[in-house]
Amino acid sequence: MYVAVKGGEKAIDNAHAWLAEERRGDPSIDELSIEQIKEQLSLAVNRVMAEGSLYDPDLAALAIKQSRGDLIEAIFLLRAYRTTLPRFGSSRAVDTEKMSCIRRISATFKDAPGGQVLGPTFDYTHRLLDFKLAADGDAPDAEIANEPLANDIPHITGYLNKEGLIQQEPSSDASPQDLTREPLELPASRALRLQSLTRGDEGFILGMAYSTQRGYARNHAFVGELRIGDVAVEMDIPELGFAIQIGEIELTECETVNQFQGSKTEPPQFTRGYGLVFGQSERKSIAMALVDRALRWKELGEDNLGAPAQDEEFVLYHADNIQATGFLEHIKLPHYVDFQSELELIRKLRREADEFAQLQEAAE
Amino acid sequence: MNEYNFAYLDEQTKRMIRRAILKGLAIPGYQVPFASREMPMPYGWGTGGVQVSAATLTPNDTMKVIDQGADDTTNAISIRKFFQKTAHVEVTEVTKEASVIQTRHRIPETDLNEDQILVYQVPIPEPLRFLEPSEPETRKMHALEEYGLMHVKLYEDISRHGAIATSYAYPVKVEGRYVMDPSPIPKFDNPKMEMSAIQLFGAGREQRIYALPPYTKVVSLDFDDFPFEASKADHACELCGADNSYLDEVIVDDQGGRIFVCSDTDFCASRQQEKKGSAS
Repeated sequence: MYVAVKGGEKAIDNAHAWLAEERRGDPSIDELSIEQIKEQLSLAVNRVMAEGSLYDPDLAALAIKQSRGDLIEAIFLLRAYRTTLPRFGSSRAVDTEKMSCIRRISATFKDAPGGQVLGPTFDYTHRLLDFKLAADGDAPDAEIANEPLANDIPHITGYLNKEGLIQQEPSSDASPQDLTREPLELPASRALRLQSLTRGDEGFILGMAYSTQRGYARNHAFVGELRIGDVAVEMDIPELGFAIQIGEIELTECETVNQFQGSKTEPPQFTRGYGLVFGQSERKSIAMALVDRALRWKELGEDNLGAPAQDEEFVLYHADNIQATGFLEHIKLPHYVDFQSELELIRKLRREADEFAQLQEAAE
Repeated sequence: MNEYNFAYLDEQTKRMIRRAILKGLAIPGYQVPFASREMPMPYGWGTGGVQVSAATLTPNDTMKVIDQGADDTTNAISIRKFFQKTAHVEVTEVTKEASVIQTRHRIPETDLNEDQILVYQVPIPEPLRFLEPSEPETRKMHALEEYGLMHVKLYEDISRHGAIATSYAYPVKVEGRYVMDPSPIPKFDNPKMEMSAIQLFGAGREQRIYALPPYTKVVSLDFDDFPFEASKADHACELCGADNSYLDEVIVDDQGGRIFVCSDTDFCASRQQEKKGSAS
């Protein structure tokens, strides 16, 4: 006789135990330490921090270990943890002009004050598998520069500003809304859009940016400047009456310079797209800047070309990989009740279609 | 860190959610935006319902969690465990004993009373979403009470299929004002929505909460000549014999043989218990 399915609780416990075993892999192989992940998989750690919206390399490394290297799962762990943290205020805007750069390049000027600094980049490496690395992971010592980089390298776009060739961005000391503490309502401010892009899925933002390069709302972007380095985070403490530094974070900043034909109110000039991402996240910050620029069509009086990257609602509602993956994967959950009602409906519709066909035949 | 705040969320967040719930109760059927948090289970797996439950639960509550009508489905177990762990509340499978019931896709067969709260998990709170993908547009349509598009859709169903081809998440009108998505419950459950308990709907990913106070008028959309019909499989339950409950179809052998059993496991089990009792 049929007995209703029971024992789900036991099954879940067993599944989780098996998962833990799989995570560990062969126990005769050394276990990965958090330190190893943090030091040797630092770009994965950076991505998890950026899309997890939480700057904490130790927790991000732990999340990567726990998630068996599934970065979206790791981002999810960090986001869920973040929910439990209190928000105790907002910092001052970080001053990226004072960034201690490890990398700073411009594609628009051959040279500029501060110089072109390549830093630790994959650019110009030949993507040949390094079989030596499989056996011996020691790195050669990189040569140390004679003098350290200046700590106040001016922004390239500042030079264009002096001539009035690039659009001025209004500055503000107001704390922007927090996307994670208030529901997203459209149209969103640029600050909110940027928040959404910086924590959005790297693959999605990359694809969107790429689509603008291929002609869907094409707006050719020059990388005016790309810089990576540490910045101080300062916070005003009301009890003290002044700001103190509460920490230092590594950021990647990208400013693109885009053409703009001018509008009824604005003369022809350059405009910018902006990308700012936790850690060394170059691809993401460039992509972010392109998508940011595409989303600014309305404010700049450009035409809506109907391109996906111009559609704020489309981009902002679909950029978040934690929302996307959750909803996508929820279709694994039981749906037998809805499916049952669909079964009955389709049987009924078929019955009616059958009867109708028979009536037709009888009439002929 | 092992200790979380009662029911996981911090008090400020719960207060924000309670405000949204109260607003929802004050404007039945209206979708209140709320700052949904990232929960330790995925979006689409009941995060809206979980947040509403977390903001609703008190230490004295007794909780029941069902998915597809059953207490023993995997996700129901997972959510129940979450609240046992983070809120240490009593849990039960008996509908009558629960003060807060979180559900996915069903309304229990047993009538609920005024001391109970039913919390629905909602995937897409916007009943007009598949007719109009843009959120600012659909909000405008609700504001202007512009529901013509929905009636045209239902009419087109009838002209094409001879019947309204919606079998679950069947749209309703609340107190003659807002068209509301009842969450993906089968339309069999729609008439039960006029009930004595408070009904709260949470959509986490979409950041919306809406509500029905007790005894709110809830009408399934239809036409005079094509009245709404709460349909179910034309069978009785194989296990308890009920002919008035929603049934799941279960395939029992290689030849495609099938039987029908109650989807509400507590309802079915208690009827079987009663039968045994009266037989002995």
